[in-house]
Amino acid sequence: MTTISIFALAGGFAENKDIAREIRLKSILPALEKRDMVTLDFAGVTSTTQSFVHALISDVIRKYGSDVLERIEFKGCGENVREIISIVADYMQHAD
Amino acid sequence: MEIHLPNSAFLGNIDPFLKSFRADRPGELKITANKKWISVHPAVLCMVASLGLIVPKGNVSCEKFEARSKHYFERMGLFNFLGVDSGIDVVEHEPAGRFIPITQIKSSENLSSFLTDMVPLLHLEQQHAETLRYIVSELVRNVLEHAETEHGAILAAQYYPKSNTIRIGIADTGMGIRTSLGRSYSTDTNLEALRLALMPGVTGTTRREGGSEQNAGAGLFFIKSIARVNGDYFMIYSGDAMYKLLPKQGARPGLRADPFQDRHTAHEGLPEWRGTLVGIDIKLDSTEKFSQLLSLIRNTYAEAIRERRRARYKKPKFT
Repeated sequence: MTTISIFALAGGFAENKDIAREIRLKSILPALEKRDMVTLDFAGVTSTTQSFVHALISDVIRKYGSDVLERIEFKGCGENVREIISIVADYMQHAD
Repeated sequence: MEIHLPNSAFLGNIDPFLKSFRADRPGELKITANKKWISVHPAVLCMVASLGLIVPKGNVSCEKFEARSKHYFERMGLFNFLGVDSGIDVVEHEPAGRFIPITQIKSSENLSSFLTDMVPLLHLEQQHAETLRYIVSELVRNVLEHAETEHGAILAAQYYPKSNTIRIGIADTGMGIRTSLGRSYSTDTNLEALRLALMPGVTGTTRREGGSEQNAGAGLFFIKSIARVNGDYFMIYSGDAMYKLLPKQGARPGLRADPFQDRHTAHEGLPEWRGTLVGIDIKLDSTEKFSQLLSLIRNTYAEAIRERRRARYKKPKFT
């Protein structure tokens, strides 16, 4: 199990897409390659943006298909963070 | 170029101001102003400040402001930005209230620290701070990623206690929406490009549904939706076109993917703005709970994608 603290890397308002990209490339994708489960821990993150979450997980869903959502756990999400993750997960499952 | 700061130019009555801007002779800038009273939206200030950045130093001429409200422009940093001496002294008993002076943001790191500093300047409650930070982050990142301008984004905001509204302006002098979108979508007019840019899932980086790994093409749709749900003005001006979402939507609740289905005005043939200018008002009394707004956006976004898929679906022809 790989646990990634989003707050530690992106702060309480997680909006920096460059950081999201780094997390995706350096932590999420390598963990999934090793067939690890991934926990994205949003504890401490009060809000985020659609752009941040898109940069974090859209390519992961595109590469592995929607089944990858069974291998990623979103932990400690407040109401807004949860909604934004759901929006991105939704449209990526309709994506090309 | 010539720009005149009128007596009043807010999003509701900004059209004559935009039409009066003269975009010819781009190597020089002449600024004039109403002599009695000037009261303008922060987007207007951003526009003037942005023009000051693209004109060679020394080619900006700004007449001495005589209006009683001239101190406001000093406080917002306009003259400083333009590199002209206003001759105005600001003293402590002339408060400008809660505001963000004209600020230039040129990098991702700049933006992150600005977002932290911004909220105390406007003394906002958590709920309102969240909406405002969201809007500023998405709009400025759009500029940094797509506008391709060394000058970055120019931003200003002001709180108006009487209407309990925050007004925000963000301008850039980059390639503009049509050129940026043109990398993936060909459009015949600037207005058509604005319409596309406001639809969910349309980005200049790719035509693929779901966007590229870094861009979904949802930022402007989100911002317009925030304004739509809260019944606020939203205006975007790029090239020779301007789209303005009007606040009173009548008996048609809900969000729509196509901005032309919302109550709006749109103009073409305006003086050419080389870049993009966005203005938005946020009424703090009526700010919809952000999570409810996100839920509405989710449904509209999904429906827009389904609709595009249906439009692309072709039946085999049997003869």
